[in-house]
Amino acid sequence: MIKGLISVFLIAILTENYVLSKFLGICPFLGVSKKVNTALGMSAAVTFVMVLATAVTYPIYMYLLVPADLAYLETIVFILVIAGLVQLVEIVLKKYIPTLYKSLGIYLPLITTNCAVLGVTMLVIEKSGADFTYLHALVNSLGAGIGFLVAMVMFAGVRQRMEACDIPKSLKGLPITLVAASLVSLSFLGFSGLVENMLG
Amino acid sequence: MSEKKCNYVKEVTKGIIKENPVLCLVLGTCPTLAVTTAASNAIGMGLAATLVLIGSNAVISAMRKLIPDKVRIPAYITIIATFVTIVQMLVKAFVPSIDESLGIFLPLIVVNCIILGRAEMYASKNSVIPSMLDGLGMGIGFTVTLLLMGSIREILGNGTWFGHTLIPEFGILIFILPPGGFFVFGMLIALASKISGKNPPKATGCSNCPLKGKCSVAVTEGEKCENPTETQTSVALSEGGESL
Repeated sequence: MIKGLISVFLIAILTENYVLSKFLGICPFLGVSKKVNTALGMSAAVTFVMVLATAVTYPIYMYLLVPADLAYLETIVFILVIAGLVQLVEIVLKKYIPTLYKSLGIYLPLITTNCAVLGVTMLVIEKSGADFTYLHALVNSLGAGIGFLVAMVMFAGVRQRMEACDIPKSLKGLPITLVAASLVSLSFLGFSGLVENMLG
Repeated sequence: MSEKKCNYVKEVTKGIIKENPVLCLVLGTCPTLAVTTAASNAIGMGLAATLVLIGSNAVISAMRKLIPDKVRIPAYITIIATFVTIVQMLVKAFVPSIDESLGIFLPLIVVNCIILGRAEMYASKNSVIPSMLDGLGMGIGFTVTLLLMGSIREILGNGTWFGHTLIPEFGILIFILPPGGFFVFGMLIALASKISGKNPPKATGCSNCPLKGKCSVAVTEGEKCENPTETQTSVALSEGGESL
């Protein structure tokens, strides 16, 4: 059980990195990764919302939509639940934990349309089964969030070093960023099979 | 009448070249990178997104006077999600193989910023017919770009095109893997900016995002304010308006 959870967690971070191998959440990955600080804040907010969203949408799907034979409403229900949830988190944080709101609040509106959050909630539903329970789903989304954080912070470091470089005119800006992302993603390919071999 | 027709043609063609959603506005990067491992996937994704674009643009422009300004974005998302669900069911029923290869990215059309972006930038200000044509043009632009990328990646990575062998015993596997997606996309944007003579876009299409007024991250990161106090003011300001 514990071994299974650890393997789910590590796979979500390393081998199935949501940004670098699943291409979810590319917009913030390319847009908010110029500085390590902002990258950290954004990924902390994403991780928080991912876990919360999974915690809410998984029971809704399993105990509301499936018994009522409404599984095809998954997309509509999930996006509305996530939008409402993000709004709620924003209000609660602002009222009760203003310091946290100051550091995470600015990233929250951006998260609603972040495909990584919707993607995680849908992927754990797809995976769910006898050996993939609610707990696994939560651990998976935590791992996905941490994986997002690792990718963002690493990439921010790469970009900061790239700033002083002399780059051909037509590659300046986004193209060179994408080439750098390609190299970072290449390095993550090295993790494939690692977790399976480690934990059997 | 002829002038009107000419305008209609313009609505469609602008999305293909001048305002190409992927290469110029840089919207919808996630599906662009993820589904272009093969040309047939690219076509499937492009057509699905085009259908959603036309449908949601039509309904949103028809209802643009009914939807109160404050709740317009949640309303748009609901309309878009409805069309995505319809398309999802159609694809599942008629082309299950495409449904399998697109996987999660089919329902994720709902958060594709091209669609929300066109709703906010175009359909909410124009009448039904031009909005539908705008959707069609943007959809074609999206599909053509995806097809281009899918073709490059499939030919280089596998030596095939639409499953037919072009170059036997050939394949640079890396082009089909995730790093190849980033690389080909970067090269295509560089090429597009070389041909058009413009500077390549600095970042993803945050300035085109319908949420840009609310989302101060884009502003902080992009150009203007570097100090945190200013960021907080802009958040405080946007709070007055509607939020999702």
